[in-house]
Amino acid sequence: MKFGILINEGPFTHQASDSAYRFAEAVLARGHEIYRVFFYHDGVYNSNRLSQPQTDDRNLVALWSKLGTEHGIDLVVCVGAALRRGVKDEVLAEGFRISGLGQLVEAGIQADRLVVFGD
Amino acid sequence: MEEYDESGPEVVKRFMYVNRRAPYGTIYALECLEVVLVAAAFDQDISVVFMDDGVYQLKKNQDTTGIGMKNFSKTFGALEDYGVEKIYVEKESLDARGLSAGDLVIPVEVLAAVDLSEIMARQDVVISS
Amino acid sequence: MSPMLHLINKSPFERTALDSCLRLAKPGSSILLIEDGVYAALGKAAHAGKIAGRMEDFSFYVLGPDVAARGLSDAALIEGIAVVDYAGFVDLVAEHHVTQSWL
Repeated sequence: MKFGILINEGPFTHQASDSAYRFAEAVLARGHEIYRVFFYHDGVYNSNRLSQPQTDDRNLVALWSKLGTEHGIDLVVCVGAALRRGVKDEVLAEGFRISGLGQLVEAGIQADRLVVFGD
Repeated sequence: MEEYDESGPEVVKRFMYVNRRAPYGTIYALECLEVVLVAAAFDQDISVVFMDDGVYQLKKNQDTTGIGMKNFSKTFGALEDYGVEKIYVEKESLDARGLSAGDLVIPVEVLAAVDLSEIMARQDVVISS
Repeated sequence: MSPMLHLINKSPFERTALDSCLRLAKPGSSILLIEDGVYAALGKAAHAGKIAGRMEDFSFYVLGPDVAARGLSDAALIEGIAVVDYAGFVDLVAEHHVTQSWL
């Protein structure tokens, strides 16, 4: 089964990104496919490679980046939400790409399930 | 209550956008509206729901000049031009806030929770923010 | 069509998400409490009756890792709520036609 995931919050302030990450891992472990993870609202901050948490903390940007590149998951950051928050190509971690909101709608169409994580 | 036409081959999925937050205090309302406007370009069956504090998004007479933010309540009037015609407001949410359909910037279909519940259960994708 | 899965991620002491979900969800649906939503599952808390009184209408689930993280024990949960892990979360999403997050 193909899953789509929408993340509405950035890392650290809310649990949303953590929950989505654990969920994404479990989706793959269950033998399903992740069609796309779409980052919207403050969720775009999950792609900022300048994020540098303390060494004893989890690094959500790095975790998403690794999950995306290792499993070929499409990690899409909303361009409109990203630009107004100063997230641009030059700060994107590996595996993320910036694109339009149409990618979210398309994920809703193409995936069998869409799960939203937010505040 | 409205019945869906399932005959159109272009109708792939039923998308419902659920708004439960007031405008301005957070950005969710504005950015959800942006999704709906983009989604309208796809040939899908779209409905938009306003319930809980989300009904405040549609309140008439918003004037944001004093807070320096864009008054996006005017954009709701464009939804019809975009082909978004299923706009539902939950009656219980309006009642709880002392509002009625006449207080809103656009004509909407006011539905009791029990009827909105039926429409919700028929969706293929529910997006909230 | 299979029933819906509803996700609640906020404490009933803070938000109306649980109330709204219980008002709008069709009987036969499933409700999974995650993150701060797990506080709604506590048997001794003031809101317990909201869930306990709807056991016949809905199947209630709670995400175990979120329960444990908050120092709560499964024994303190309202009787009849099933505890699932993330794999169970995925299975619930797969088993239901659509998932709605009450953000």
